[in-house]
Amino acid sequence: MQLIFEKSVPGRSGVRVPLSDVPKASPFPDALRRKEPVLLPEVSELDLVRHYTNLSRRNFSVDTNFYPLGSCTMKYNTKVTENAGGLFAGCHPFLPLLPGGERLVQGPLSLVHGLEQQLAEITGMDEVTTQPLAGAHGEMTGIMVIAAYHKARGDERRKYVIVPDSSHGTNPASAAMAGYEIVTIPTAPYGDMDLEQFKNAMSEEVAAVMMTCPNTLGLFNPHIAEICAIAHQAGALIYYDGANLNAILGKVRPGDVGFDVIHVNLHKTFGTPHGGGGPGSGPVGVKKGLIPYLPTPRVQRKGDGSFAVEAHPEGIGRVSDFFGNFAIMARAYAYITLLGREGLIEVSEHAVLNANYIMARLKGEYELPFDQTCMHECAFSASRQLQDGVHAIDIAKYLIDRGFHPPTVYFPLNVKEAIMIEPTETESKQTMDLFIDVMLEAARIAREDPEALRQAPVTTPVGRLDETRAARAQQVCCE
Amino acid sequence: MGYCPNTPDEIREMLAVIGAGSIEELFAPIPAELRAKSFDLPPGMSEFELMRIMREKAAAGGAEIVPFIGGGIYDHIIPAAVDHLSSRAEFYTAYTPYQPECSQGTLQALFEYQSVICRLTGMEASNASLYDGGTAVAEAALMSLRITERNRVVLDASINPLHREIVTGYLHGLSAEAVEVAPDGCCSNLKRLIDSIDEETAAVVVQNPNFFGSVQDFSELAVKAHEKGALLIVSGYPIALGLVASPGEMGADIAVGDGQSLGNPLSFGGPYFGFIATRKRFIRNLPGRIVGETIDNQGRRGYVLTLQAREQHIKRHKATSNICSNQSLCALRGLIFCASLGKKGFEELALLNYDKAQYAKSSLAGVKGVSVMNAGSTFNEFTLSLPKDAAPVVEKLLASGVAAGVPLGQYYPGMDNALTVTVTEKRSKAEIDRLAALLEEALCS
Repeated sequence: MQLIFEKSVPGRSGVRVPLSDVPKASPFPDALRRKEPVLLPEVSELDLVRHYTNLSRRNFSVDTNFYPLGSCTMKYNTKVTENAGGLFAGCHPFLPLLPGGERLVQGPLSLVHGLEQQLAEITGMDEVTTQPLAGAHGEMTGIMVIAAYHKARGDERRKYVIVPDSSHGTNPASAAMAGYEIVTIPTAPYGDMDLEQFKNAMSEEVAAVMMTCPNTLGLFNPHIAEICAIAHQAGALIYYDGANLNAILGKVRPGDVGFDVIHVNLHKTFGTPHGGGGPGSGPVGVKKGLIPYLPTPRVQRKGDGSFAVEAHPEGIGRVSDFFGNFAIMARAYAYITLLGREGLIEVSEHAVLNANYIMARLKGEYELPFDQTCMHECAFSASRQLQDGVHAIDIAKYLIDRGFHPPTVYFPLNVKEAIMIEPTETESKQTMDLFIDVMLEAARIAREDPEALRQAPVTTPVGRLDETRAARAQQVCCE
Repeated sequence: MGYCPNTPDEIREMLAVIGAGSIEELFAPIPAELRAKSFDLPPGMSEFELMRIMREKAAAGGAEIVPFIGGGIYDHIIPAAVDHLSSRAEFYTAYTPYQPECSQGTLQALFEYQSVICRLTGMEASNASLYDGGTAVAEAALMSLRITERNRVVLDASINPLHREIVTGYLHGLSAEAVEVAPDGCCSNLKRLIDSIDEETAAVVVQNPNFFGSVQDFSELAVKAHEKGALLIVSGYPIALGLVASPGEMGADIAVGDGQSLGNPLSFGGPYFGFIATRKRFIRNLPGRIVGETIDNQGRRGYVLTLQAREQHIKRHKATSNICSNQSLCALRGLIFCASLGKKGFEELALLNYDKAQYAKSSLAGVKGVSVMNAGSTFNEFTLSLPKDAAPVVEKLLASGVAAGVPLGQYYPGMDNALTVTVTEKRSKAEIDRLAALLEEALCS
């Protein structure tokens, strides 16, 4: 398909700019003016609408395809929450920062506070900040809070953050951005962080341990409380990566288990759309002793029931411009309110049921490295198919031809040829059966005609793309 | 309730396949003592009841206040096509395009977005978006540390103070030094900025137009920075780039900014998007996703995520940034906004902002005791000196439904009487005239 720039015709225009109702100003000085207009495409509105409508049709999405992308929780995004998020379009975020402005924005401020309260109850934490703009941003914020906590106690020796090798890449990257060195602990044969190696790595130089629970294999770590206790004994704090919270809503609260800090991905667990790669939202919850170090400002409820924006002087400062990705937060607040207590419990129950169903039906044909009851996702390996020269990526591409978005492949890194499947709670048995049938069919083709899988996909607008060429050419914008 | 479609019969069938007696049995791996001690949330409700609550909250959101405020976030027109096209579920219910063959829609759109950002900023390589303007400035500062292998950043204090706070926090975590240079009135103090660059300086960071609304030429600063081996980072306001010389034209090495004004509503603070673009030689130091052009196995043109060896999912703690999810959908809105206006419309929009602001500037400067503080040119924001503390004046005007501007006292000690006023194309002559009348009234009483 042509680029929008290639559809440009000199002199053509789309939207009209409003007419001026003020006198023409004296010209903007030439010395400061750009030499030529920005070379934007010149297209009619219909050209534009066709172009982007047709582009959209070259995507798989939750609304068009089953999208069992492990670790991403691609659940259905309810339409009413979309409507709810759009209601605040005209609210300027600087208003509450003006003298006397808070009283004009009590609605949105009450929503920020209300969402913080909902998330605190759901996670078992004492207070929550909504400022972080995505999961990784939440991780960095959480680790900065931990750093501030240690510093305030005069404990400056701690320079390490421990992560399991199965963790999301964002965990070590976020801790590094907060100034820490990383210690990685390998996975034990039982499918989670090796406890002995962890104990050996633990010392009074460790600031924090970052855990994902259930982990990225979809397994609940039975030693998690012990890990928390060991970390605390050495004076370290323990961080909960909330990417997999969908599995345990109403069942486990990380705060009750002993975690000190958590981030929550609203775009995963709380039904806000993924937007083709964002916007996300990554609120951070903390235990009482860490509240002073949360980012500034805080939205507080005053004695008279009104809401105020208050500076938080001991905190780590500001991590984003205002109160977070507010329209995303509004969708999550609406989602939690809509589902309520019972609805949220049903979410985790059906997410776990669906994942175990897929696991049970596929484990005859696909290698299951850790054969135990999973939580919301299951991690297979294509190692059996590899014997016929078929890789996880070939199975993924075949699924595309059959109308399914592939699961996450090659993650977690501790499983060879990983295929990580997260169906979510919103999929029906019928949809999953169709997916399972195609997965079984792929396993059969791998034995009988492996080359057919290596040629997939053949039904898409483009076939397999040359990534090496892209990296070498570095053509990242239209000339 | 939870949008879970499976019926009791189907649940039984599934449990039989799994070999479990109940759903609860599936949670057996979780030790009993770790179970939730509380889950005290109200029962759910219908869509209708929910929307009643949400509408009540939105109604108390200040949307009726006429905004002459910016602070980095601006009230601009949004063509109808932006909402319609970005609301295509194929765009908004997809995720990061990990599988390019079934994600060409998102990938090509992001490639077009990167192209628009390069053209706006006069740069050669853009990523696929960052979170917002403040974190974009911070990422640019970190990028300069990597490129120069130095540990000190000079920040012009006429950068948005909210952004400065974010940058300082990011640098603090890495034990890098941030040096702030106070402005000269409402302009960047070019001489002091130049004098502050030493052999340890990774970059000097400026904003154009700055927080006071002043537009300046930073070409000489670029030359001086480069002489010392430092980079120039320019934070820009994309609507202004329809008129103002681009960071690229001024010799900047990295251009950043908040893309909100390109088709994203105010929405009480987000989601917006941050943009970052640079010279091609620095492309491997960019943070976040980048889309690149390539061909498929039959020679057809297509797009993929590229140079991923910079990123956290591969490099883990050695990545250029921790960013994973960005603000893709907001960037798409920015792209559609720019393509809707086109080459001519975008320039016209910038000129309209300039004309309206110039009219407001002269009207407000006509109020007794009020003067304009900006020594040189401005775009659509300017700073007034009032004969008294600006904060109570702003508070008073809010009661009349007008947000008159941002009083600077809380951000710049000693500037209590200063008020920064923003005038976008959406402000009518009648609204500007009313602001002048209300200001006159407030100052006389």
